[in-house]
Amino acid sequence: MKKTLIEHIEVGSGGASSIEFTSISSEFADLYLVCSVRNDSGNLTFNINPNGSTTNKTRINLQGSGSSVSSASGTDITPLQSSSSYTSNAFASTFVYIPNYASSNNKSISIDTVTENNGTTSYQRLQAALWSDTTAISSLECSTASNFAQFSSFTLYGVSSGSDGTTTVS
Amino acid sequence: MTTPTKLIVNCATGERTVVELTADEITARDAMAAQAAQELADAEAAAEALATLKASARAKLVAGEALTEEEAATIVI
Repeated sequence: MKKTLIEHIEVGSGGASSIEFTSISSEFADLYLVCSVRNDSGNLTFNINPNGSTTNKTRINLQGSGSSVSSASGTDITPLQSSSSYTSNAFASTFVYIPNYASSNNKSISIDTVTENNGTTSYQRLQAALWSDTTAISSLECSTASNFAQFSSFTLYGVSSGSDGTTTVS
Repeated sequence: MTTPTKLIVNCATGERTVVELTADEITARDAMAAQAAQELADAEAAAEALATLKASARAKLVAGEALTEEEAATIVI
C-alpha cells in the first residue's frame, strides 16, 4: 500500500480538547489515521466526527477488557484512549481506516484500538462504523471530554489507489 | 475555568490555529463522553453478572441441585 503523510499533530502543553484536520484533499482513495492518545482525566474513549458531524453515525464494537469480552452498538464513533489513571506516560494506540472517503456514498469506518495499561484492566476494541452521509469527507475531528494529554499525537495519511482506480499499489 | 480548545490544522496550507470550543460543542462533547462511559460500565456489569450466573450454575451442578432457566442457559448450547 502506498501511504502519503498528510499531516501530523502533537498536542502541546496544556492539552487540547479537540483536534481537527481541515481542507483534506480528495486526491487519495482512502484515509488512514494513526493516533497515540492519552486523556488528562478519566475518559477512556474519544469521538471521531467526519466533517465535524455528530449525527447519522452508527457502530458496533467487539471489546475485551482483560477480564471479559462484550459487544455493543451505538450512535457514535468511539476509539479508545488511555485515561489518566492508567500507567504513567502510557498512550493508547488507535488506527482508523476510512475507505472511499471522498465518494458520494455513505462512509464506512474501521477502527482497531487498544488502551495501554500495566494493570488488570486494559481495553481492546474493534469497531465497525458507518457515517450515513454522502458528502465527501474534507475534515476530520477527534474530540474528547476534558483534554487530550500533552504528547498525544494524530497522524493522517492518504492511501493511494492504482491507475485503474481500485487497486491499492505498493 | 479555562474554556476547552480545539487545535485545527489546515491540510492544504499547513496552517495551525487554536480556537475555543463553542458552548454547543462542549455540550455535545460531554454528552458523547457520558454515553461512552455508561456503555463501558454497562458492559462490565453485564460481564460480571454473567460470571456470577455461571459460577452459581457450576456450584449447583456439583451439588446436584436444580438450576434456574437462566443458569442453565449459560452452560447449554
